[in-house]
Amino acid sequence: MSALAIELVVAAVQGTVGLLAAASRPGRGWAFFVYGATAVASAIGFLTVLVFLSSGSPPAAVVLPLGLPWIGAHLRLDPLAAWFLLVLHLGSAAASLFALGYDAEPPRPRAVLPAYAGFLAAMNVVPLAADAFSFLFAWEAMSLFSFLLVLVHHEEGENRRAAYVYLLMAGFGSVCLLLAFGLLAGRDGSYAFADMVQHRLAPWAAAAVFLLAVLGAGSKAGLFPLHVWLPLAHPAAPSHVSALMSGVMTKLAVYSFVRIVFDLVGPSPWWWSVPLLVVAAATAVMGVLYALMQHDLKRLLAYHTVENIGIIFLGLGLALAFRASGLALGAAIALTAALLHVLNHMLFKSLLFLSAGAVLQATGERDMEHLGGLVHRMPATALAFLLGSMAISALPPLNGFVSEWLTFQAILVSPALPQPLLHYLVPVAGALLALAAALAAACFVKAFGVTFLGRARSSAVADAREVDRFQLAAMFGLVALCVFVGIVPAGAIGLLRGVTQTLAEGAVLGEGWLTGWLSLAPAGALRSSYNGLVVLSFVLFSAGASAWSVHRFASARLVRGPIWDCGYPDPSPATQYTAASFAQPIRRVFGSVVFRAREQVDMPPPGDPTPARLVVRLVDPAWNWLFEPLAARVAEVTERLNRMQFLTIRRYLVLVFLALVALLVVIALWQV
Amino acid sequence: MSGIDIELARLMATLMLVVSFMLLYQDRLAGLINAYALQSGLLALAVAAQAHAQEAPHLYVTALLALVVKGLAIPLALHRIVLRLGVHREIEKVIGVGTTMLFGLAVTMLAVLVVLPVTETAAALTREDLGFALAIVLLGLLTMISRRNAVSQVIGFMSLENGLILAATGARGMPLVVEVSVAFSILIAFIVVGIFLFRIRERFDSVDVHALDRFRGELP
Repeated sequence: MSALAIELVVAAVQGTVGLLAAASRPGRGWAFFVYGATAVASAIGFLTVLVFLSSGSPPAAVVLPLGLPWIGAHLRLDPLAAWFLLVLHLGSAAASLFALGYDAEPPRPRAVLPAYAGFLAAMNVVPLAADAFSFLFAWEAMSLFSFLLVLVHHEEGENRRAAYVYLLMAGFGSVCLLLAFGLLAGRDGSYAFADMVQHRLAPWAAAAVFLLAVLGAGSKAGLFPLHVWLPLAHPAAPSHVSALMSGVMTKLAVYSFVRIVFDLVGPSPWWWSVPLLVVAAATAVMGVLYALMQHDLKRLLAYHTVENIGIIFLGLGLALAFRASGLALGAAIALTAALLHVLNHMLFKSLLFLSAGAVLQATGERDMEHLGGLVHRMPATALAFLLGSMAISALPPLNGFVSEWLTFQAILVSPALPQPLLHYLVPVAGALLALAAALAAACFVKAFGVTFLGRARSSAVADAREVDRFQLAAMFGLVALCVFVGIVPAGAIGLLRGVTQTLAEGAVLGEGWLTGWLSLAPAGALRSSYNGLVVLSFVLFSAGASAWSVHRFASARLVRGPIWDCGYPDPSPATQYTAASFAQPIRRVFGSVVFRAREQVDMPPPGDPTPARLVVRLVDPAWNWLFEPLAARVAEVTERLNRMQFLTIRRYLVLVFLALVALLVVIALWQV
Repeated sequence: MSGIDIELARLMATLMLVVSFMLLYQDRLAGLINAYALQSGLLALAVAAQAHAQEAPHLYVTALLALVVKGLAIPLALHRIVLRLGVHREIEKVIGVGTTMLFGLAVTMLAVLVVLPVTETAAALTREDLGFALAIVLLGLLTMISRRNAVSQVIGFMSLENGLILAATGARGMPLVVEVSVAFSILIAFIVVGIFLFRIRERFDSVDVHALDRFRGELP
């Protein structure tokens, strides 16, 4: 069987499992069956695309008699689709494996299990679809199933609001993509991707498609300021679904952007990269700043997804700029960096969400201010979370470092670009990227430190139990992959060869920049190179040497004594450093400008027993300056249009008549 | 196909358009129903001419249906309804006759302007038929909105449908099933509206839709 056939069977199996779960009355055994079947199917799908990519097989296409009559469903497996399927299958296998333990007895099996399997099946079809109808159908199915999963705990009003905002934004994104496909097909064109590639657009139409793709894919991926649904919806879903939504679904949005802008539109002018770079850099910095202000563990992770989407789109913007100027090597580096970061972000973000899910299951808490000291109760989860934090903070030799380093390499090649505007813009974007990376590290010091170190802040945390073996297997599988991609990035980059060859002006990656299978030297061996094994051995050696020397020279002189606690006799866990206090310096430096953060201290007068209060007020710029005014306008307009609900029959007919005449006039004028 | 068929079909379509204008200025119910019967008869002739021109025998069935159902049965039924309702035989207009006719002219011009450039590649007969058909549809809609009387709204609606049938038969290879189903839905609509007319009259002693609006408490 060909790889495409196996992928289709995997999607069909996942869909069938979902249908079975929907048709029956699922119980405990059903959760095991659904998650087990999806995990096995995902693993098979992963191996298939791995073989497909590493053997460099030619693209395969098939037209199935499904969907619209006479049109059918065009499906195609090419290297780009295969890469995203690889990411998808890895993520879904890990999430399903985790759910075997985490969600073994789902609170609402009929709500969770069918939607979960359907979600996986729909995500499977998105990269395979090769015509606009199948693509949008799978895309919408993906949105709707994930909407249902966000609504699983619908008794909480916050979740209902999250789901509502998500549904609105998903609808907006789909409309944008629909219009983009309409423009791509042209007036009498066909909706198959193969015909769209042949069809060359007028410059204004191509620019409109580009902007619609930024809006459509960006709203799904979480580009600032269209990210608002993401930190609401991702944490509301069950944790394994959060991992999928953050790790995989946002990546499929990246896929749709790459497919439309790099593949279907064809050659692009250089100025397209300008808005993309600006938005991407803003997304990266804003995402991490939002994350720093959060004390909810899962919401913090969701905001980091926003940040990483910014990094990915920064790479894509650079690739667009390089490609437009014919600099194939730069385009290949930037595109590789972005696509590698897609894989890396899926790996560490899934890992972090699964660890957060483990913490949530063990303690019932998501608020970091109520956690603490978990490293003693859940050492394995703490280790997994620590490694995930190191990866997302781009510490070598883990995988996050490789892709961010590659992005910086692309930025360093940018002086070769001929446009003066980009000479100024790209270094600024690079500086913002560096800022985002540094702040991300600070943020994860906070997340790990407050959650796992120190002492327990509540009794539920003090009695936490380590999670079961399925969950640990899922987490440590992802840890192993994070380390593997960090140390041997050439393995993953080699799989991307087919993608960059087709999309980056045929740049050849094999010669000159994969020197050996351990070392990366993208811009030539003389400029800079990265060798994961060397870095790893250096890290291990220096860490071991310092640990040994500290132990050798200092441990013997350690004296344990009572701590100084400002004179209080009984040190309470509440006196520990909190997440808010950790973030305070950064909030004062950045937040006072970006979020208009204001602190207010209510100090009761002497003799008054009420506690003193510190109130921090933040203003969310996306809500305050974009969405709330927009919602107010919409409400105003609907209020006015409301009167049209109570017209007489004849007046309705007049409206129909006038609308018809107006449209005919438009057509008549159009032809003149 | 012979030239005279095409000319005949075109003539009939043109006459249908003229009758559409007649519908616009009728101020008595009987005259309105008779004009509709005339238009349906012309439709039957136009379709028959098309059938001959296109050598499509199934169109004769459509022509026969149009003649029997729309040319005879429905007008007779409407006359009976009007008699049995015993309502005023005059129609209250919303817009004056002159203005309505001017609107009608503008709409017809618009229809021709829209259709002719779109169908440059189509056969000549289809082109003009489509233009006439669109004009008839728009005039039917205009008839519906320029009257307050429920019977005249029904007539406007069925005249609109005549335009649709004209367009459908002008296009080559239109399956009979589609025509039959369109005709059938019109019949159902006619029956439903007929029943409603009686109900409205029982309730308000009038078929002026104004009474309905007053009943809904939206007009003084």
